[in-house]
Amino acid sequence: MNEFLAFFLQYREAIFIILLSLFLGIEVISHVPSVLHTPLMSGANAIHGVVIIGAIIVMGHANDVISMVLGFLAVILGTLNVVGGFVVTDRMLEMFRKKKSKN
Amino acid sequence: METISILEMSYILASVLFIVGLKKLSHPDTARNGNLMAAGGMGLAIVFTILFHKKDGEGIGNIPWILGALVIGTSVGWVAARKVKMTAMPQMVSIFNGMGGACAALISLMEFPRLQEKLAIAGVSSMLHGETLAILFGLTIGGVSFAGSMIAFGKLDEKIGDIKASWLRYLNLFFLALLVVIVVMIMFKHPVSGDNTIIYILTALALIYGVSFVMPIGGADMPVVISLLNSFTGIAAACGGFLYNNQAMLTGGILVGSSGTLLTILMCKAMNRSLLNVIIGAFGGDASALSETGDKTVKEITLSDAAVLLSYSQKVLVVPGYGLAVAQAQHLCHELDVLLASKGVEVKYGIHPVAGRMPGHMNVLLAEADVPYEKLLEMEEANNEMLNTDVVIVIGANDVVNPASEDDPSSPIYGMPVIKAWEAKNVIVMKRSMAKGYAAIENKLFYHPKNNMLFGDAKSTLQKLIAEIKNL
Repeated sequence: MNEFLAFFLQYREAIFIILLSLFLGIEVISHVPSVLHTPLMSGANAIHGVVIIGAIIVMGHANDVISMVLGFLAVILGTLNVVGGFVVTDRMLEMFRKKKSKN
Repeated sequence: METISILEMSYILASVLFIVGLKKLSHPDTARNGNLMAAGGMGLAIVFTILFHKKDGEGIGNIPWILGALVIGTSVGWVAARKVKMTAMPQMVSIFNGMGGACAALISLMEFPRLQEKLAIAGVSSMLHGETLAILFGLTIGGVSFAGSMIAFGKLDEKIGDIKASWLRYLNLFFLALLVVIVVMIMFKHPVSGDNTIIYILTALALIYGVSFVMPIGGADMPVVISLLNSFTGIAAACGGFLYNNQAMLTGGILVGSSGTLLTILMCKAMNRSLLNVIIGAFGGDASALSETGDKTVKEITLSDAAVLLSYSQKVLVVPGYGLAVAQAQHLCHELDVLLASKGVEVKYGIHPVAGRMPGHMNVLLAEADVPYEKLLEMEEANNEMLNTDVVIVIGANDVVNPASEDDPSSPIYGMPVIKAWEAKNVIVMKRSMAKGYAAIENKLFYHPKNNMLFGDAKSTLQKLIAEIKNL
């Protein structure tokens, strides 16, 4: 029990953020029309590419060959997720806009 | 002090941009803008991390390597995303999702030895620590997401077939239990510097579980699986945020985790199924036992008859499905629509929410072919106008027009909302063969008295039909 309380106290800020973001995530997209499901999934897919920041931090403090190699790989993978994700989403949404401006 | 507060402020701004971006992404008018905003937030967080991040007073090193990796990732990602065909979009999203999962797993894989060393030096008796938990979760969830996404990609690309075996479910439960046991074991183990075998075992198991988790799920359910794995990767990213006490990663990850889960549930709802049913129940597995009653006569229609029927109709509704997309026939479909419109026929499209390979996928494909937005009717609108519709042309769609969803309680798709093509005056189904759709069940519409089959590949049939109408 004591350990649990200590754990809670130590990470209370993170727990706070996690809980609030949890509700926010649900609230923010709750009225999405089904037409936008695919682009939205793709956009959210790009946002979790934020994991790249962790990869940069690891890579930035790597000092042996193995972590250099793994870190390098992690940054590449993270970038793929971010750039690919946003570009694909933009391409999908571009088409929605094109047809609107035509009329 | 100063640099840290600049960094923290940039993270707050990035988080706000993620939230607003996601909000805007859920409205058609602002979606593109929202995507750009989220991308801006991401760029900001990346640049400021490189410039201002400090760990134990030490800034980010290896910058040339980091920039090199960023350049490689950007160019490959950019080209891949630009070049991919619109029909292959779901596969692409799956790959990018897998990359994110792998990235999260790699971070954990590197951080575990460091943490263990730190704890061993500190002389604590067990690994029971918030950071350990974040590392293990990040590794497991990221690994499952990576392996699962690769399998989902293979299935969507039709490189991997479905395995329908009920024993796989038990095997999956066993793997899941094993994963939990190993995580608990590591949590309570005594930290020994350099003793990292167990983390590699956990990695391998997570990858195996990812494969065996997705393997028995049918190809038609891959969108739901990708959406689920998408939210998994979000959680894995958030684990990284917890580990580094990094707010941008935490908010971004959890946002995707929760909104992704909701999106997954919404997708399941559109198919009238529960998430659990998608994960453990192989769709249509027992459907071969369906009631096969009565005479089944299939009426065929010739191209010229179809051309006449369409040209002299007042209202035509096109119901497109994935078959249209694989045949790359969306442009021809638009041509037909323009041709008919020039003859005074009112042509609209009835889009089922799960038509295509992902919800909304069909809208994107038709948009690519310049079909105006106003012509796309959602399922309910289409059904409301059905009684006044002269002809419904079903192109490459199957399960989304199956009447069994309304009148056959034994059907696995019973209760799923469908486009009621049979209520129109005439139906033409354009299909390559009598083969079953993704749900692997019979479609009674094909035997309906109002229905006329027009067999052939969607593309060549449409070409011939257009030529035929022009010759009238």
